[in-house]
Amino acid sequence: MNDTGASVLGARGLRKEYGKGEGLVRAVDDVDLDVAHGETVAVMGPSGCGKSTLLHLLGGLDRPSGGELWLAGQRLDQMGERGLARLRRTAVGFVFQAFHLMDELTAVENVELPALLAGQPARTARRRASGLLDRVGLTDRAAFLPSALSGGQRQRVAIARALVSDPQVVLADEPTGNLDSRSTMDVLRLFEDLHADGQTLIIVTHDSRIAATADRLISMRDGAFVDETRLTGGSTGNLGALAGLAGLTERDG
Amino acid sequence: MQQEAVLAMLAKEPSHGYELRARLRQALGPLGDAMNDGHVYVTLTRLEKAGLVASEQSAGLPDRPDRKVYALTADGQQRVAAWLAEVSWPRPDLAEFHLKLIAAAAAGLADPLAIVGAQRRELLRRLRDAQRAALAEPDGSAAGLLLEGIVLRLQADLRWLEACERNWTPRKDRS
Repeated sequence: MNDTGASVLGARGLRKEYGKGEGLVRAVDDVDLDVAHGETVAVMGPSGCGKSTLLHLLGGLDRPSGGELWLAGQRLDQMGERGLARLRRTAVGFVFQAFHLMDELTAVENVELPALLAGQPARTARRRASGLLDRVGLTDRAAFLPSALSGGQRQRVAIARALVSDPQVVLADEPTGNLDSRSTMDVLRLFEDLHADGQTLIIVTHDSRIAATADRLISMRDGAFVDETRLTGGSTGNLGALAGLAGLTERDG
Repeated sequence: MQQEAVLAMLAKEPSHGYELRARLRQALGPLGDAMNDGHVYVTLTRLEKAGLVASEQSAGLPDRPDRKVYALTADGQQRVAAWLAEVSWPRPDLAEFHLKLIAAAAAGLADPLAIVGAQRRELLRRLRDAQRAALAEPDGSAAGLLLEGIVLRLQADLRWLEACERNWTPRKDRS
């Protein structure tokens, strides 16, 4: 039954198991998920809770042991290898903690690579890649090799690459895990911009700053969702009190 | 926040209330939004009563409703110097929350994990607000630095809540 019509991505009873008998590990254990178009969802949980495995299943990098999975209106769990590979190239953008850029390619070549692999003409791919580098604020680094870029700049290149095929959903696995505070802010700002532009985002993270940018936060433990929180609309609107300004802002303070 | 902070903002030079207000605004950015002009004048009046500030009518600005110029008295200067040297630091009230969890579990009144979860949701919303405000500040703004401090404290509190969650998870399973 496909009742995920309005969502970009949906899962029902999704499972991923490793090993068997006593050694059976339920990395993802009966997960239901619907992600609406334009939504940012953060998944948090301790190491080994299955959140990265979940992300790999959602992006077609790994095959579920059971359950149903839809992306962009297509059933992933029943799809053949070739279809899955095509879907990964066209419908999904991946951002990894370790960036995973090609060391021997320049920034712009890294960004355009997925578009070239997807069969776009070289000129179109280059134009799009250059536009995306501009968007992530790295126009002047287009001809640099990754080794000449800072960690934050590499991650921004990786985000531009994830966007080059205009994906239905961007999946990010600990995108700020290797970044300092300042670069984290750059990536946060970028994710906020993507969100404002209607990009659907699923982010697996330890970083509460990244999680706080999401519309919805899912807590995961032992392969299952244990808590789900909507973060939008709950604004306290009282930042001053957080900074200890209460004494000055209250008449009787 | 202590009144000394307002007092110290006057130490630069004798100022009109609106100048003091502008200085505070620049330092606090969006955090100062909740503070209206009335608050500043109430504080100035109190400081004046306490003999820490003196005011005099300034000449030459008949069209301004706010013609008083405020300046530190000798006592006020001493107070500011003492305040600058003071090693005070706001103390987060962690003990209260800690006891809340212990009391809830001991009396079986509430699930500590549910309390931790509710607290985490609240802190994440605050983090979201603070972070949005921080991202909206231009590079190098004074208010941006203050917001960064709020964000870092909230992150520390959220990490402590993770520790609380780890601590209470097995206890819950045993009971």
